[in-house]
Amino acid sequence: MNVLFATLTLVTFFPVLGVLALLFVPEEQKDTLRWTAVVTSVITFILSLVMLAQFNPADPGMQLVIRAPWINIGSTWNIDFHMGIDGASLLLVLLTTFLTPIAIFSSWTAIGERVKEYMIFFLLLEVGMVGVFVSLDLFLFYVFWEFSLVPMYFLIGIWGGQNRMYAAIKFFLYTMAGSILMLLAILWLGTNVGTFSYTDMLGKVPAAAQGLLFVAFAAAFAIKVPVWPLHSWLPDAHVEAPTAGSVILAGVLLKLGTYGFLRFNLGLFPEAARQYAPAIAVLAVIGIIYGAIVSYPQKDVKKLVAYSSVSHLGFVMLGLFALNAQGIQGAVLQMINHGLSTGALFLIVGMIYERRHTRELAQFGGLWKVMPLYGTLTLIVTLSSMGLPGLNGFVGEFAILLGAWGAGGAGGSYGSVLYAAFASLGVILAAVYMLWMFQRMFLGKVENSANEGLKDLNWREVTVLVPLLIVIFWIGLYPAPFFHLMAPSVGKLVSALQTAAVALR
Amino acid sequence: MTTSDFNAILPVLVLTSWACVLLLVDLWIPKDRKAITAWLAAAGLAATLAVVWLLSGFNLSGFGGMVALDGFSRFVSAVVLVAGIVVVVIAPGYLNQRQIERGEFYILLLFTISGAMLMASASDLVIVFLALELLSIPLYVLAGFARPRAESEESALKYFLLGAFASGFFVYGVALTYGATASTNFQQIAAAVAAGQANLLLLSGGAALILVGLGFKVAAVPFHMWTPDVYEGAPTVVTAFMSVGAKVGGFAALLRVFFTAFPALSANWAPTIALIAALTMTLGNVAAIAQSSIKRRLAYSSIAHAGYILMAVVAGGAAAFSQFAASSALFYLLAYGIMNLGAWAVVIALEKRDGTTNPIDDFAGLGAARPGLAIAMTLFMLSLTGLPPTVGFIGKFYVFRAAIDAGYMWLALIGVVTSLVSAFYYLRVVMVMWMKPGEGPVALPRSLGWVVGVMAVATLVLGVVPAPLMAAAGRALLSLFASA
Repeated sequence: MNVLFATLTLVTFFPVLGVLALLFVPEEQKDTLRWTAVVTSVITFILSLVMLAQFNPADPGMQLVIRAPWINIGSTWNIDFHMGIDGASLLLVLLTTFLTPIAIFSSWTAIGERVKEYMIFFLLLEVGMVGVFVSLDLFLFYVFWEFSLVPMYFLIGIWGGQNRMYAAIKFFLYTMAGSILMLLAILWLGTNVGTFSYTDMLGKVPAAAQGLLFVAFAAAFAIKVPVWPLHSWLPDAHVEAPTAGSVILAGVLLKLGTYGFLRFNLGLFPEAARQYAPAIAVLAVIGIIYGAIVSYPQKDVKKLVAYSSVSHLGFVMLGLFALNAQGIQGAVLQMINHGLSTGALFLIVGMIYERRHTRELAQFGGLWKVMPLYGTLTLIVTLSSMGLPGLNGFVGEFAILLGAWGAGGAGGSYGSVLYAAFASLGVILAAVYMLWMFQRMFLGKVENSANEGLKDLNWREVTVLVPLLIVIFWIGLYPAPFFHLMAPSVGKLVSALQTAAVALR
Repeated sequence: MTTSDFNAILPVLVLTSWACVLLLVDLWIPKDRKAITAWLAAAGLAATLAVVWLLSGFNLSGFGGMVALDGFSRFVSAVVLVAGIVVVVIAPGYLNQRQIERGEFYILLLFTISGAMLMASASDLVIVFLALELLSIPLYVLAGFARPRAESEESALKYFLLGAFASGFFVYGVALTYGATASTNFQQIAAAVAAGQANLLLLSGGAALILVGLGFKVAAVPFHMWTPDVYEGAPTVVTAFMSVGAKVGGFAALLRVFFTAFPALSANWAPTIALIAALTMTLGNVAAIAQSSIKRRLAYSSIAHAGYILMAVVAGGAAAFSQFAASSALFYLLAYGIMNLGAWAVVIALEKRDGTTNPIDDFAGLGAARPGLAIAMTLFMLSLTGLPPTVGFIGKFYVFRAAIDAGYMWLALIGVVTSLVSAFYYLRVVMVMWMKPGEGPVALPRSLGWVVGVMAVATLVLGVVPAPLMAAAGRALLSLFASA
């Protein structure tokens, strides 16, 4: 197939066309700029639906593969433009293309200055994120991985809050610190395995070298996720980022890390993954509980949601390193869930911030009486985030805990059910901090006179939230299609992991 | 002089003759129309570039093997010539504004460029020395071109004194090498070593002193002390050329001397250069953080980049991969030349007329006032950091890969860690441009705008499609290794 017009190329690079169009729109025509960006991202989403239609869920391998020589010189350089998707990356691409238009649409009134640059950076960010999920060449992957840092750096640094420059540079340096070790590991693989192609490399990484390589890749991904204790950039970045930036940061960028663990740490280094599983699980459980405990006393709603991400992504990590089908499927679904629920929570925080210009919990109270629609929608999202049955969070967390329990049994990767037990504690704690937040914001009497005349949500804000809520209910009530999409790919990975486990004994 | 002698130095000959002619012609060009000299100089450079291009494919050696015209020298010459053209294009506006425009500027520049070209061609230590002086002496004068500004004079004197000192080291190294091998010709030196006729102790001493001399030219730690002061004091157009042309010339000589004359000693010099590379990357990048003047910051940055290129030289010293590794040095030189010239061009655009200090805060608000210029500078900064999709990323990737192939994992590790450090100060410039409010608009001469634009496009395009140039760099080195 022609590489230029292949589905994956189009899905990845279509936003670039939008960027080119934006360059020719004058800065003053703000609405034209906004519409151009929204339409571009909606078309990208439609293209990703085409990709979904072309995807065959029964096939566990890489699909829609495109491969063309890129930097090929003699025998020393063999880097390809190599893309493809399996079930897991398909879902994550869909999450990205789904959240991007929502995020752009949500910045309609929040971003009033330098709209042009804002929209350009947002679309470039989408290119970087989708690129990471579809790359099958480690060099190409690294290019997208690093590239995605740059637009986010600008989004935080230009349109962020008071302390934005500090937060932006901290975000950048933290993430880059991790990636440079991964770069060395990629170079080592390219030299010693003789290829940069992920699919060609599978099963060929010598077991003796896997330990260090695993650590080098994990350094990059763990900072991005972030795994406790590498999370300290996250609250700063979230608090300073503009609302839409936070939505994408929590919704997609953090998943780049968990996706990296899934694709590379589990896929390329199965033996090492097996050996490191208990250690990572310990960090994951600490993250779950730490994130929950730290969320509770936060005075700033946004910071509370940010810390809750640390907790939620702890679940994802726990599920991934259970190394069994339930755990990994639950983890992939939970990546999607977290993107939806936390994305929605950041949107909700942004809506009240636009009205009151504060995010202090103490400033609110009794909002439900003033803004009933807002209150109802927030309640649903809150419940989804804490994992109430019938909503999306429950399904993912349940599968993860099931997997973790299995991993604690005989022959499992952790060797103890204590992990699952402690992680369950995190579910309870989530209920505590989420409900506490909801109670302080929405219940009781309106005590602050500034809150009295607040307008309820307008049509645009409802439009932003409704698609998220639909998917939240969909996954909660009927998750089968999502599992159906990823099950064969995850199954293939799990069987490779089991072969590795046998080899280790 | 035979035809083959003539052909082997043809590019250098064309350029030096043109410079001599221009020296006379310039007398009749009125003082207020020196831009004509600039155009004539640019034409000479372009003609030389054409000669270099016409000679492609030839492998010539002249004057009894003292000078070689091969892929390597052509590649280096092309890089230096293009850098020269860029400087000549932006110089008239800059010099005119500061009322220091004199015709000699362009003529001195042509001589220094021919020196850099000759350095890449030299196959004999005596010619290397000759080229080194031809490169350096006009540069000493150019550094002081903003006379009577004290900083400029200080810069020239400092450069001259330390440069003379370094030349002394170099000549002493040549003498020791001659004492050890009874020859100054690269191939004969290598042959004497291979035949076991050389006094290795003397030869090692000679090689070490030659390394000191060339280390000074490329501004490698610990021979870098002069760099920040000279770069800061010299007129910025001269600094721009110095940071690219002089460095490329120095590295060309370094590569040829160490790969063709001393390949047998690589087990000795590779670890030494590795240590120098590590020090250079570390000190350059760490010291750059503390600089508040953009010129000093870029000076330290150019020290740091010498470290990355030295890493490629080290990797070339490890036998199995040497050609691959050494071509990474050439590619990096080219990448560095593009992004660095671009960055200096932006600095020139923003420099105040008095040109005394250049605080980084001068860049504040550039994103709003001149988005095009700011986008270009952002690209250069990201490229210098080594972030994709820029040519700087490909360059670093190439060099690190060469180092890892050669078994120098520790050096590559230092390389990536110092790149992280460099992100801090390069991004600081980006941050000031986009995230801080600034004053009014900046005037941008058209010639400068073109240079910045072309360099920015090259930074991006070569970052996405690097393969043809990588292949060219690889081909350029074939001759070097064939003769070894």
